[in-house]
Formats: sequence, C-alpha cells, structure tokens
Amino acid sequence: MMTLKVNGREHQVDADPDTPLLYVLRDDIKLNAAKFGCGLGQCGSCAVIVDGTAVLSCVTPMILLEGKQVTTLEGLGSVSEPAPIQRAFIEEQAAQCGYCIPGMMMRAQALLLKNSKPTDAEIRAALEQHLCRCGTHMRILRAVRRAARLMETADAAATTNRSAQ
Amino acid sequence: MNASLILDRRRVLAGGGALIVSFSLTSAFAQDQAPAAMPPPKPPGSLAATAYLDSWIRIDADGSITVFTGKAELGQGFRTAFQQIAAEELDLPFESLKVITADTKLTPNEGYTAGSRSMQDSGTAIKNAAAQVRELLVAEAAKRLDLPAENLRTENGAVISPDGRRLSYGELVAADMLHVQAQPKSRLKDPATLKVMGQPVRRVDIPAKVTGGAAYVQDMRLPGMVHARVVRPPSYGAQLTECDSSAVEKLAGVVKVVRDGSFLAVVAEKEFQSIKAMNALSSAAKWKESANLPNQDDLLNVLTHLPSQDSTVFQRSDPSVSWGESIEATYTRPYQLHGSIGPSCAVAQLADDAMTVWTHTQGVYPDRQAIAEMLRMPPASVRLIHVEGSGCYGHNGADDAAADAALIARALPGRPVRVQWMREQEHAWEPFGPAMVTKLKASLDSNGKIADWHFDVWSNTHSMRPGGAGSMLAAQHMAQPFAVPAPRPLPLPEGGGDRNAIPIYTFPNAQVVHHFIPAMPLRISALRALGAYHNVFSIESFMDELAGLADVDPVEFRLKHLEDQRGRAVIEKAALGFGWKSGQKAPQDRGFGFAFARYKNLAAYCAVASEVEVNRETGRPRLVRAVAAVDSGQVVNPDGLINQIEGAIVQSMSWTLYESVTFDDTRITSIDWQTYPILRFNAVPDSIEVHIIDRPGQPFLGSGETGQGPAAASIANAIANATGKRLRNLPLTRKRIKEAIDA
Amino acid sequence: MSMTRSSRLIASGIAVMLIVGGAMAFAIVWRPVIPAIDPPTPHAFDAALIKRGRDLAAIGNCNECHTVRGGKNFAGGLPVPTPFGTIYSSNITPDAETGIGQWSEAAFRRAMHDGVNRKGEHLYPTFPYDHFTHVSDEDDRALYAFLMTRQPVHAPARENQIFFPLNQRPVIAGWKLLFLRRDTYQPDAAKSAEWNRGAYLVAGLAHCGACHTPRNKLGAERVNAQFAGGDVDNWLAYALNDRSHAPVPWDADALYMYLRSGWHPDHGTARGPMAQVVSNLSSVPDSDVRAIAIYMADISGAPTPDRKREGEAALAQARSPSQASQTDLAGATIYAGACASCHETSRPLPYGGVNLALSTAVSSPDPRNLANVVLSGVSAVEGERSPIMPGFADSMNDTQMAALLNYLRARFSKQPAWTGVEKTVADARRAVTVYLQTSAGPRSAPADPTQRDKP
Ligand code: FES
Ligand code: FES
Repeated sequence: MMTLKVNGREHQVDADPDTPLLYVLRDDIKLNAAKFGCGLGQCGSCAVIVDGTAVLSCVTPMILLEGKQVTTLEGLGSVSEPAPIQRAFIEEQAAQCGYCIPGMMMRAQALLLKNSKPTDAEIRAALEQHLCRCGTHMRILRAVRRAARLMETADAAATTNRSAQ
Repeated sequence: MNASLILDRRRVLAGGGALIVSFSLTSAFAQDQAPAAMPPPKPPGSLAATAYLDSWIRIDADGSITVFTGKAELGQGFRTAFQQIAAEELDLPFESLKVITADTKLTPNEGYTAGSRSMQDSGTAIKNAAAQVRELLVAEAAKRLDLPAENLRTENGAVISPDGRRLSYGELVAADMLHVQAQPKSRLKDPATLKVMGQPVRRVDIPAKVTGGAAYVQDMRLPGMVHARVVRPPSYGAQLTECDSSAVEKLAGVVKVVRDGSFLAVVAEKEFQSIKAMNALSSAAKWKESANLPNQDDLLNVLTHLPSQDSTVFQRSDPSVSWGESIEATYTRPYQLHGSIGPSCAVAQLADDAMTVWTHTQGVYPDRQAIAEMLRMPPASVRLIHVEGSGCYGHNGADDAAADAALIARALPGRPVRVQWMREQEHAWEPFGPAMVTKLKASLDSNGKIADWHFDVWSNTHSMRPGGAGSMLAAQHMAQPFAVPAPRPLPLPEGGGDRNAIPIYTFPNAQVVHHFIPAMPLRISALRALGAYHNVFSIESFMDELAGLADVDPVEFRLKHLEDQRGRAVIEKAALGFGWKSGQKAPQDRGFGFAFARYKNLAAYCAVASEVEVNRETGRPRLVRAVAAVDSGQVVNPDGLINQIEGAIVQSMSWTLYESVTFDDTRITSIDWQTYPILRFNAVPDSIEVHIIDRPGQPFLGSGETGQGPAAASIANAIANATGKRLRNLPLTRKRIKEAIDA
Repeated sequence: MSMTRSSRLIASGIAVMLIVGGAMAFAIVWRPVIPAIDPPTPHAFDAALIKRGRDLAAIGNCNECHTVRGGKNFAGGLPVPTPFGTIYSSNITPDAETGIGQWSEAAFRRAMHDGVNRKGEHLYPTFPYDHFTHVSDEDDRALYAFLMTRQPVHAPARENQIFFPLNQRPVIAGWKLLFLRRDTYQPDAAKSAEWNRGAYLVAGLAHCGACHTPRNKLGAERVNAQFAGGDVDNWLAYALNDRSHAPVPWDADALYMYLRSGWHPDHGTARGPMAQVVSNLSSVPDSDVRAIAIYMADISGAPTPDRKREGEAALAQARSPSQASQTDLAGATIYAGACASCHETSRPLPYGGVNLALSTAVSSPDPRNLANVVLSGVSAVEGERSPIMPGFADSMNDTQMAALLNYLRARFSKQPAWTGVEKTVADARRAVTVYLQTSAGPRSAPADPTQRDKP
C-alpha cells in the first residue's frame, strides 16, 4: 500500500513501487486523461504534472512519487468549470480525435506555470516530445497561446479580487 | 435508453408491407440526388438502403429526439455535423438532439465509415429523413388543427399555426408515424435561411476529451473487467511451436493464459500485471519463422515484377492531335503506417451466449459478421458497439483488436475483457497503406499543351477490411485458421489503387492502366485516401515537370488543361490566397509549389500552395506555410472542415517527408516511433490557411481525405522549385534531398 | 572544443609567463595581412574538388562548431566556454564582410596551418589548428573550394569574452611557440596505406585528440597522454588507448561500425558531441571511415588476455542478466520501473536500449556521461530513424538519480563504486541545459534499423 496524492486528494494504492504511475492513475484511481500511447517515453500521451513539472507517467515508477503532488487533466477543471487551458482548447477546437491532447495540455500547463509568456519557439520546444497523428498541431499551438492569455487575465482577475477584499 | 422498443416493433412489422406516405413536394433543393434514370427513384444517401425514417430519427412522446447514424465518429466531428443537419431540418435547437452512432443493435447498417463518404451517405440521409419527418409532423398537425399544411411553420421543436397555437413534436408523434419509407425527394430548407448548418458549431465531443471524461474505448471500465494482452508472433506466418506458460500462470494477478493455435494471450486483473505477464509469456514462447519478405530497398522492381491483372481504366484518343518528344517519369511510394497514437483497443463480454464487443472499428456490421464467423456464432448473437478510439485514418488494428477481445472473452464467460495492443504490436501488425509504383509518360503539342498522356499504376488492393473472419489476425492465428480472403480491386469510379488515376484534366489522348497485384507480401489495407495519395502525388508532380518543359507557370498550366469550373475556382482561390504570381521567384533556399485534385474525381476539390525551405547543407526540408482552398459542396461546419484540411496537410507532410515501413527478410523492423519517425513540433509549419468555397444547396462532398494528395505534390513541387532537383520516390527524406543537391 | 576546466587562478598565472614568452620576439608574433580578394564565384571551382571538400569538411566536423542551433550553416556564433572565457566560433561562409569571402586560398591555408587569420591576427586554439596544421595543401584546397561555394551569410562575429591578458592576441603566439608543431603528416613506410590514411586523418582533420586527449593547464593536449580521455561540454570523451573502460575491448570492425552508423551492439550508441561526429561520418567515403578505425584499433593495441576475458564476461552477463542486487532497493525499483521497459526487452540496438553490462558510461571512471544521458535522454532526430530515450531530469531528484546511478554501477560493472554521485548529478543538471540550448547538431545519431540478429 502506498499513499499517492493526486489532484489534491490522497489515495491508498495497492501497487508495487516499480509500477509506472500511468497504470495506477488509470487502473486504481480510474482517471481517464493520461493515455497509454507507447509505454516507452516516445509519444507524450501519458504526460501528467508532478510538483509543477510535466513528466511522462509511463516511465515514472511509483517509488519516485513519495511525498509528491500529481496533477492530471481532471485536476485542472471540469466541463462546467474548465480551467484556462481547457477553455483555450475548447475555444480553439484544438482536437481531432483528441487522444494526444491531454498529454499536450499537461505539458503546456507546466510550461505556462513557469513561463507565462512563452515564445512560439519555446512552446514548440516544450511540445517536442509529444506526437499528434491527426495533424492538429496548428490548433494546439494556437490553443497554448490562447491559454497563456487566458491565464494572464485570470491571474489579473484574481489579483484584483484579492486587492478588492 | 429504450432501444429495444424499436427492434421489437420492427420485428412485428417485418414483411408486413410498409405504409408509404405521400405528400406533395413543391420545391426541392439540390440535396436530392435522385438519378434521372427510368427505374423508380431511390431516396438519397444511405436512405436508399435503409429507407424507414425511424431507423434514422426517433421522437419520443416526451419530445426527446434521437438521431441514428451507422457511421462512426473517428475524430472528424461527424457527430456534431449530423446533429447540426438534423437540428436544421427539424427546426430544433442544436443542443436538444442526441446522436447515436454505429451500433448493430440500434443504428442503420451503413457499412464502413470510410472514403470521406460519411457526409455524402449519412449526412444526406439524415438531412432528408429529418426534412421528411418534419413534413410528417406538419401534416399531422395540419390534420389535427384542420388547417392547410402550407399555413403552418415549425420552430423550436413544435408546429405553430398562424394564430399561435403550438403542437410540440412529442405531442404530434404517434406510435408508428415515422415507420414509413422515405420518399425520393424531400422538401429541404432553403439554403438562404439556414441557421445551424453552415455555422462553426463547437464539437460536442471536445469538452469531455479536454477534461478527462471517458471519451474512448480505451477509457471503458466495466464491472469485473479484466485486462488482456496478446503475444503476437514475431513475424508474418510464424508458428508457435512451444510455450510453457505454467510460470506465467503463477504471476501476480494472472487470470488465464489463452492459447488457440498460434494465438496467444494472457489475462490479468490489472493492466500492468497483464503487461508484465505478456512479457514473461513472450519470453516463454518459441516460434518458427520464415523469411518471406521482399527487398525493402527495391520496391520498384518488386512490385512491377509481381504477377498483375491489368486493365485499361481510361482511354481517349484524338488522332487529329500531333505531338513532339515525350518525357517519362517513375514515382514510388513505400508502405506507410496509420500510426494511431493510441494503440488499438476493444472490450468484449460473453454473457448469456451473446457476445458484445465495444470497438473503434469503422464498420460495426461487417465486423459483426466476421466475428460471428470466427466464433461460429449466429450473427444475431453478436453485437458490436462503436466507441471512439484514437484517430485511425483508415483500417488500422481496430478490427483485429475487436477479434482479439472476442476470442479471449469467449474463454472467460461473464467477464468483460479489455485488450489494448502494445505500441510495437500496432506498428508491426496493423495493415499498412500499400506501396505503389506509377509510370507516367506525356508529350506536348506545339502550343505547349499536353497532347498525349500515359499513366500506369501498380498496386495491391486498398482494402482488406473484414469481409469474413479471415481478415482478422486472431482468426488467422487460430488452430483452425480462417484463410485470408482473396483480395479484390475496388471498383471505379471510387477505385482503390486506381483512385484518382484518371486525370481530371482534359488531354486529347490519354490512357490509364491499372496493374492490380493480388499477391500481398506485406499485410495491407485502407489508409486515408487510398491510391489517391500516390496517384495525385504522381500526376501533380508530373504536371509540374511538364509545365517546366512547356515553360509555363504551373498554376497557369493546370488551368490550361482544366475545364471543370469548380476545380478552376478552387485553384484560383488557393493561388490568390497564397499570393501566387506567374514567374515569381521564391526567396533564397525556398521554393513554391502548387497542386490540385478532386478527390476520387467526384468528391471535394482541394488545391494546396506551399512554401518550403530547404537547408542546402543538410538537405533538411521545412514546410514554411501552406494555403489551401477547398470546395466540399454545401458546408455544414466550416470550422470542422478547416480542421480536417489542416490536419490532412500536416499528416500528408509527415507521410511525404519522413515515413516508410521498414523490414528485413522476415520481420517488420519499424516497430515504434524511433524506427518509424513522424512529424514532431519542430517541423510544424509557421502557418496553414484554409479557404472554403461554400456551395449552398449543393450536395455534400466528402472532404476528410481530399487534402492528402495535393499536399504531398505541392510539397514535392516546392522542393523541386527550391533545389532544382525533382524527387520522385516517397518519402522525400532529408537524405534523399541532400543526395540530390550534392549530385 | 572546450579546454579543460581548470582553475582560473593557475591559468592567469601561467598567462603572465606567456606574455613574457610572447614578448621575446616580435618576429614570432607578427604576421602579415594577406590581401583581400573579391569573393570567387562558385563556378570557379571544380565540382569534383567541391565534393571532396564536402567529405573532408564532414570528417573535420566543421559544422558542429561553426553552426548554432537555429542558425545558418557555417555562419558561426557558437559559444565555446573555456577556462579563459567564452570564445565564439567564426563565420566561415564566403560572405565578403563577415565571413571568409575575401580570403584567398593562401589565407585559408595559413589559417589551417598556422592559426592566423587573413589580417594576420592569431586565432585562439579553440580552432584546432594544432591538428589542422597536418592537413595537406591538396586537402586544404578542396576544403577551401567547398567553403567558398557555400551560401554567403552576413553574420558579424560575436565579441569573445576573454579575460586579460589572454584577450591580447599576441599571447597566442607564445602558446603556439610552446605547443604548435607545424608539420604535414609523414607516412610510416612500415604500415599499410590504409593505416597511414587513418593516421593522417586522425592526427589532422578529424582532430580526434582534441576531445579524447587530456589537456594541460594551458589547454594544450598532453603529448604523453594521447587518447587517454578528455573533457568536452561536461562529457567525458572516453579514453581510446589501453586505458579504455569499455567493458568489451574495441577492435577495428567494431570501431568501423560505430563510426559509420553511430552505434555498435557491444558498445552502445553515440551521444553528446560524438553524435554529431558520427552523423557527419555517415556520409563520407567508406574507405576513410575504415582507415580511421584500423589506425585507432592498431594504436590502442591488442587487448591483454585479462582484458579479453573481462570482455567475454561482460558479454555473458549481457546475455543472461545477473539478478538485481538487493542492496539498493530504491535504485533497483527505479530501474525496474523507468529503465527496464526498454533496456531489458532484448530488443537490439540502436533502438532497444543498450544492455547496461556493455555500457562504457556505466564502467567509466566518473558518472558524468551516465548522468547526462539519464537527465536529458536522447531526443529524436527530426524525421529520421534515431534512438529515443526520455530524459528523467524532471521526474527524479538528485538523490533518486544518484540511487539509480549507484545501482547501475554496482549491478552492471566490475568497477569500484563512484563517489560524489549526487554532486555530479547536480553539476550535470546545470551543464546539460546549456549544451542543449546551443549545439546545432543532433543529440543522437540517425541510424539504420535493419539490424536484428544481434544480442
Ligand atoms: S505513453 Fe508515455 S510517452 Fe508514450
Ligand atoms: S488529435 Fe488525434 S492524435 Fe492528436
């Protein structure tokens, strides 16, 4: 039994410490967003955020996650209350089949947390480990740029709210 | 959901003779595609095969409305487009409808979701069915209100009289009211008044996909579900000679090892346990392999020397035209992958002697037939339900995974079994897009126009989709195997290897020969655009070579040979959007390219202009920007259409610049993203612009595959323009470009 | 090529001595300007000569230093960190103003041979003229033809950031006096033509020693420690002589395959700066690569019987992996979850992940290279078949990574445990970032996927 913190909640997980996080998220915690694409660290569809950084969950064994915070796409927002990155992908209609998209979004989210105004080159570099077969790349880039703007406004709004209180 | 109701009622009515309603039609817009021929006209699209309106649209007494389509959502946004169409013709708010997709228990049999035909087939059927349902509802209201139907209008799910009385659809619908056969003609909405169609409606499937909702068959979790993995043979035809699975059976979580001949699989309680067990089982398995694969570096000779069935698919001659010297060129295409990002997956359950399979197949009905045959069960006891998977781009491993799941589930009655392929299995075992060879020869007349044109194409079939159990790996590997069905060429006008082989341009003398190759050294089937990808690449590359010979601007040269007005408009639009100018010169190290095609010569038109940069030292090409124009008839969802064309250009660019399946004499060696590289973000173009020419009132023309060929040729032409060297063998890799530059 | 990172203090002390040396004779320092020419037109050169030049430039690995990530070919600007400051590579395109467009062939040859630019200024030895001085005039001519037919790029040189007194170019003349041995290669009549060809290339254009030979405090290669292993960009350029730590001793065939295709089943895959070298070598004439391999194998000498036995033991271990040690549970678990899915699938190189019992990085005297690879992985080469390994910088902290590295060392090598691994990891974390941002070359080598029947 191991304790794993996912999206702010603690889960007791019965998995060997060498089990890659991906399977624990999908099998034990029954989350959908992180996807199996290759299991080899080649495609990015399994990316989630651990302590603010995007990692490939298919090659991240549980032992590395002691005391860490895992965030998946589910933890960012929901259909009724989408996070800025989710709004951005909906507004740009940045998906075809969408299978690659959760991984892309987590990578982008991690980038934007560190760098709120990334250049196009920085966005591309960040997404380089991620494959999309449908060819949704142009829209994904647009959505990340839009998310940066939305997050900025959200931040600004949050600051205003705080100062108003 | 109360689906059984429909079935039962159908059974009652079966053979009972249909009630044919008739109502006068004063006007009909162009969606009706009734042939002008003598036999009684058929209703349009898939209504021709499934004529009962209630197969397509159901209205419950509570007013809830459901639309049924036999087509599957593959990530192209059909579900949304169909919902738009139905909402439009039924005068309903978009959100108030529900769309049920391919399910052998619920929806019409529309065969495969393929060939960019969904809008033509199902979209047209839904549009006409919806219009006719609306007419029926209005007629019913007219009867009840005792008013002429012409005086009534529909709005927001109700029929409304001039004095403001409202009868909702739910109130109006009576037991079997919609169980009538569709008419050949429908009273369709005037395109000028459309409210939902033609709008960039947001796709209904995207919110779940970007928030971690259960959106794919991969995300299914049924109570008691177990996880299975298949151990595939190391190569085609390999036989399992020995496998001591006793140690594997003792591994944590392992439920069962399933073996049937050379079909080997393991089932475990948890997914990672099944993967560990699969690895162990794979080490325990011994195989007998044979070296049967051809030389991957000599596909030109391999293909042109295999026995072929030759047919002249097009011939025209005008002896009055004379011509000068001819030029010739040979183009080749390697085997290429679908390469879905999510490996194929299916869930199956055997319960009460009935098998249910949840699958991302493109054809629930044909697959049901094949799985029933494999399991030796009556088709009625097998139900296939389409659940979305990762994008497939044609016939990938979906049907095979469905068969795997069914075969394993049979061994574990009661328990739902989820099978997902490993990355290496998807790469090695999916049916590839076939390799092809084209040989072209043409000559110009004294005015610099093409006087004589010869086109020869060598190809396998382009579809080995389940037509029987033998199409599926599991059935091929069983102890009592099913034989692979004999491949057949796909008939024109759609064609397979000869899809788009007949030029859309007008040449006074022309001959097109299809060399159909029955033998299939590698496992192949339908890959997006089928033969059109390579044929358009060849024709449109060669058009540029000829334009060079004639010393005419490539765009002008195309227009000189094209009579089709809509085609001309698309070419002009793309050229204008790109800023194409006759005689222009691209900036240093860059090239401009242009290409055009009408998919299958009967679906959407698409032209692509592109700017490519080539690094002269490394040979590395980069698509800088592309501008496309597309005419797909009446547009339902412009943003969806743009998304499709953008995607087609990007995907085609990856095929064209990078991709080829590799193999040695025995095994496929391109088995992951290291060995089969595809586009990554660093090579994504700066911009892609898509211009739509909307044709309100015109039939829907499928567009999902129209971009593949033009994008490829446009890029090839731009590379030739940048380097002065013509590359004719796909893919146009950095290495090949460098060698051409250095030569 | 960077010089050894030695203490700045010692460096400047010795530099003072150099000034004295430099001041000894004006004649040593002064070099005339060679008159500018109008840039020759590309047609002035014979196509066969250009082609030969292209191959030679590939052997010389010129593009690695003279092209930056995202920059134009041969336009320079690559920052090369040295203990004396940062030196930027120069623009060697035939641009008249900022490149070498106005250089005559004689000026070019003088730069190669003497390390002096057209204007008569001494060049820093980051440009390895201590090797290029051995290049024949004929080859210089071909290289000149190749470079002068490249696309001119206007790219002004970036200002070097060198500390006084080394920012005084005459000082370099003193360095040359001490360390530059100008001579063209003299063939050894006792050896085969192939061997001699290899020797010529290795000593000259290929400048293998620039990375693989350790340097003294003044940044010059140590003559008595040839190929004993050197430093470059926080990578250890492995020893190629009898001090090699490769678990299986190299021979000419293995070297040939490695240099030609970027990997060898018994040794692994080229990474770091070597990736660019093998990527370049993949396009040059086969005979040259073979000659280099034959020469290098010969001078490193036949392995001793002991060494041979060790090699066989390593191969045996690779075939039937030893059980995981129970001593380091954390390392073992990380390995099982993060590494084994590729490194233990018995899938052949270059795509299967090297069997770590055969990895030189694991047997190497310090864990730097291993840390570099585990941190940053091996990224895909655009559109080409190439090994991919995910980097673990973001998923493992220094302690976890140290646990993994120590475990790999204990399980897969016969060498004593490393010390200070955690610090090495921390240092590597910093260094890797810099390297990845600047070098234009591939970080792994493209490779042919047709090999199958290898261990
Ligand atoms: S599934 Fe993890 S990188 Fe592909
Ligand atoms: S949207 Fe389908 S793989 Fe990216």
